[in-house]
Amino acid sequence: MKSIRNHLSLVIALLSILFSIQIFTIVDRSIESYKAKLANNYSVIVVSQRKMSNDVILNINKMILNSNELSPDAVIKRLDKNMDEKNIQLLKLTLPRFYKLNLKYYPTPKEIKKLTSDLLANKNITKVEDYSHTHDTTYKLLLLFKRVVFVFSVSIFIVTTLLIFKELRIWQFKHSERMSIMGLFGAPVWLRSAVLFRLSIVDALIASALAFGLFTYLASSRFILEQFKNIGINVVVFDPVNDFLILLGIAVSLSVLLASMIVLGHKEEI
Amino acid sequence: MDKVIIARDISLSYSSSETIINQASFTINSGSFVFITGASGSGKSTLLKSLYGALKPKQGSLIVGGVELKKVSNSKLNFLRRHIGIVFQDYKLVKEWNIEKNIMLPLIINGYEKGVTQNQVEILLKHVRLKHQSGKYPQELSGGEQQRVAMARALAHNPILILADEPTGNLDDYSSELIWKLLEGANEQLNTTVIVVTHHIPQSMNVDYKHFHIEYGSINEVN
Repeated sequence: MKSIRNHLSLVIALLSILFSIQIFTIVDRSIESYKAKLANNYSVIVVSQRKMSNDVILNINKMILNSNELSPDAVIKRLDKNMDEKNIQLLKLTLPRFYKLNLKYYPTPKEIKKLTSDLLANKNITKVEDYSHTHDTTYKLLLLFKRVVFVFSVSIFIVTTLLIFKELRIWQFKHSERMSIMGLFGAPVWLRSAVLFRLSIVDALIASALAFGLFTYLASSRFILEQFKNIGINVVVFDPVNDFLILLGIAVSLSVLLASMIVLGHKEEI
Repeated sequence: MDKVIIARDISLSYSSSETIINQASFTINSGSFVFITGASGSGKSTLLKSLYGALKPKQGSLIVGGVELKKVSNSKLNFLRRHIGIVFQDYKLVKEWNIEKNIMLPLIINGYEKGVTQNQVEILLKHVRLKHQSGKYPQELSGGEQQRVAMARALAHNPILILADEPTGNLDDYSSELIWKLLEGANEQLNTTVIVVTHHIPQSMNVDYKHFHIEYGSINEVN
């Protein structure tokens, strides 16, 4: 019981840090995935006085993925009941060309402005419809969400770091007597602090294992998957290899840092 | 005869306080039994602390086991301490270890093999009459029993030097007698140098001993 209590406070603090890091990672991935989805659906419409080749359009801005000329037939069809064939052909010749541009990624409002000005700099292009108002709102919402989660994660990180420092003081008090006694019998620093490092690494392993269990469960949770499905994105909630290794690395580094600080802060009693 | 301790004009003081030992000189031969006496606060324990390097001399030269302690590196100090057994007045046992592990401490530090360690601990537990309590923790023992554990720990690695700070200060007669016997035994049978800080030299000492008395910061040999 006492042994569990010895581990619990550091394990909980480490687990909170791992939790906040992984949650931030999931949110970041969700936003990136959602941005990719928006980029697929987002396009800019360009009106040109003359026919433009795909290469010419692609050279205007590197962000442009491809361009498709929009056929005017659908509009003309609505008019053709009242017009004879000759007039229709004439109208076809005088109508401007419409192009739909797809982008490589979901741009920032600044990038959209730049794209619009680059397009309008071409003498053939007379109008660009970038749907910037809708675009700006969506983009700002995404950014706001990301920032809120970031602030939340940083807050958890700060609070748990303070908890860890409090734990550090308790450990310092608890272990300094044993370390001093070992020092009096000539134990080198590594041997004096071996128990401390062993404890901290064990705690880091426990916290990482708990995080692994928790996120593996969340990754397969029907509720979570449904939420992503509802917004039409596919997100890796937890990669059991890469994410676990990152979390394990963070937990071990933090707890070894904690133990090192205790060892460095230890003063031999006279 | 080899000298295990050579002190020349050493002055000892804790930082920013008055000098406790003032320019004292003395030598202690290897294999001798030494008592250091003096009134409370005279500097007996301070002198002992300087002998295991917990307090460095402000002046002079202090050589213990061939190691100059005035300017000693941590690794050299650790090396020296591995050959010293210390008995403290407040026992200094590790609370979270049972008495068997406490006795094992210097053996582990000195890198003894597990089999040797176990064997040695069993012998020592028998010597200090605590074999039946080997699994207990220090806080479960009486003061006398704890000091016997500390004594066993000090003897475990057959040190060249034993430093004992009032080892029988608050003990019952039985434990006191046992501790003196063990110190005498180590001195006689293993030729270990024993330095004991005490208020009273026991009447029934069976070994020849040297006696230093500390008064007003100076150390004088008593004949």
